[in-house]
Amino acid sequence: MSNNHDGNGLLRFTTAGSVDDGKSTLIGRLLYDSKSIYQDQYEAIERVSERRGEVGVNLALLTDGLKAEREQGITIDVAYRYFSTPKRKFIIADTPGHIQYTRNMVTGASTANVALILIDARNGVIEQTKRHAIISSLLQIPHLVVCINKMDLVDYSKEQYEKIKSEFEQFASKLDVVDVSFIPISALKGDNVVSRSSKMSWYEGTTLMYYLENVHIASDQNLIDNRFPVQYVIRPYSEEHHDYRGYAGRVAGGTFKVGDNVIALPSGFESKIKSIQGPKGNQMDTIPPESVTILLEDDIDISRGDMIVRPNNQPEATQDLDLMICWFDNNKSLVLNGKYAIRHSTQEARCIVKGIKYKMDIETLSRDVDNPEIKVNDIARVMLRTTKPLFVDSYKRNRITGSIILIDESTNNTVGVGMVI
Amino acid sequence: MRIVDHLSELESESIYIMREVASQFENPVLMFSGGKDSILMVYLAYKAFYPAKIPFPLLHIDTGHNFPETLMYRDQLVERFGAKLVIGSVQEAIDQGMVSEEKGFNASRNGLQTTALLEALEKGKYDAALGGARRDEEKARAKERFFSHRDEFGQWDPKNQRPELWNLFNGRKNMGEHFRVFPISNWTELDVWQYLSQEEIPLPSLYFAHERQVFEREGTLLADCDYINKRPDEKVFNEMVRCRTIGDMTCTGVWRSEAKTVEDIIKEVSTTRMTERGGRTDDKRSESSMEDRKKLGYF
Repeated sequence: MSNNHDGNGLLRFTTAGSVDDGKSTLIGRLLYDSKSIYQDQYEAIERVSERRGEVGVNLALLTDGLKAEREQGITIDVAYRYFSTPKRKFIIADTPGHIQYTRNMVTGASTANVALILIDARNGVIEQTKRHAIISSLLQIPHLVVCINKMDLVDYSKEQYEKIKSEFEQFASKLDVVDVSFIPISALKGDNVVSRSSKMSWYEGTTLMYYLENVHIASDQNLIDNRFPVQYVIRPYSEEHHDYRGYAGRVAGGTFKVGDNVIALPSGFESKIKSIQGPKGNQMDTIPPESVTILLEDDIDISRGDMIVRPNNQPEATQDLDLMICWFDNNKSLVLNGKYAIRHSTQEARCIVKGIKYKMDIETLSRDVDNPEIKVNDIARVMLRTTKPLFVDSYKRNRITGSIILIDESTNNTVGVGMVI
Repeated sequence: MRIVDHLSELESESIYIMREVASQFENPVLMFSGGKDSILMVYLAYKAFYPAKIPFPLLHIDTGHNFPETLMYRDQLVERFGAKLVIGSVQEAIDQGMVSEEKGFNASRNGLQTTALLEALEKGKYDAALGGARRDEEKARAKERFFSHRDEFGQWDPKNQRPELWNLFNGRKNMGEHFRVFPISNWTELDVWQYLSQEEIPLPSLYFAHERQVFEREGTLLADCDYINKRPDEKVFNEMVRCRTIGDMTCTGVWRSEAKTVEDIIKEVSTTRMTERGGRTDDKRSESSMEDRKKLGYF
């Protein structure tokens, strides 16, 4: 652990994988080498590993927090791990990799800047690799780093690395991914994880740690389309702040500046930004993902669920949504004409499923258009009609204003998540 | 290009969660233990709703075994922010026969807090209880959601939690159920200290190195007080110590430390090789002791 981060901010990355592809070893190494594992934690898992008769210290025990997970030796849920270096703070969303945990991978991917995809150098691109890449592309994770692991077991062969790299590139050309990097590593031996490998002088790129510390993420947020979903209206009702009316929320896109002309949706009233109050006082401008309070020059009626935007750059106000969804409900399938509650930014409405266009196979990308049943972990293209207009952008353009969740009104559970096409 | 630094991003995330709670729930409450994490929570709540007052009361579950410094600090904080304080009393729960005191040398009222907490939540008809738990603290807490659903018995079902994606939080529930909400889930111990330092937030004296009468039990130093039964071989001695976490006196270990300022503490936390809850005897009762207590409704 280090105590002086510089300005590279906070990076969230997701990993997915099964027990034997070295994912836990890699995470363990990142944590261990950045001194983010404590001695007592290490001793505790050392004891448990020994008791179970395992060879070496099983670092997976660090991330598997629930009793059931430790008993079954699997990661069921998303586990969040934290580490930091002098350059950056990191949050790892560690998810299981099997197909029955697609929804967990989708959850971990939803807020990630980087997807870390592990390939076993002996096996090359397998179904699971493709699944992870497809989910990363669907969830629009801005950066992909493909770690070709266990290089020590293929004699640090450049040919093997190049072969896997082109295999992946060929497959990824069908996907919507922009920024892909490849790193040959051995998580077990530490090659190219934190320090450069002396065994792969043919590799001219950076180490994984260097990549994570330096990958440019400031433009991962949409800084072009101004979007401010109003979350809460602050009205102190005190003597001192008698007429105060502040619109609190978290910037979802663009840069808002004091003096900007803005329009409130759905009312269509226009005004000017009088001031922006952040957690540390007044500020001249605000960008995602800051939580601020915006005050306007005019007294117009705005409440939670409304959106403040620029008059010449507005989201689509629509009751008809065309979405890619991932279904999360173990017990019930998605029903055509079924009604659900829907949440989008700070709005809530109800919706009805108007059509199921196709189900997508997330290993082959093939489409099933024959009235498929949409069960847990399935990915599908669906059409919804909402009870009132939502102010949406395409997910590709804005992950915040382009995403929704569906709630089963009888169980109150979140049963589906969707991305606007 | 302006970059939002990691503490500001965490701050904005926590404020977003708090505002979401004020919007989605009718009667939230903030669980206040007197520790640094709940102090941070009060400051963040103040910022989230400024210049309006914090729109929910603070709930302190008083075990009756507090460090006196904690209570003094609590009362000053409440006055400073004009907040409303509600106290749930473990002593009362014992007097009413709802729970009985543990016996023996390791007796603690830590477990009894759950009953007093659930009782206080029910009595106040609170539908959301904000807490300062962090995912880096303990392995069961690493699995917590920001919005964590509790059934009508206050129980947590870790295997059946609601997924949380993007900025979208689902706080829907049936009558009688409630939510625990953890706005600082993504903060680490070091983040908390760096933020407290940056914001110059005053802290209870217990966190800083001071001389105290202590004794050693199973490798942990405990403060000598009337609430703990000492074994005959446990000798009291004077030591320079500080608390890394603050719970009640019976289960909070103290650490040998020379750290007298927040900067000293940051240095200490950055280089230490032991987790902060390493001194908590309540966590050591079994490997899944936190998970087991949380399922029943412990904070």
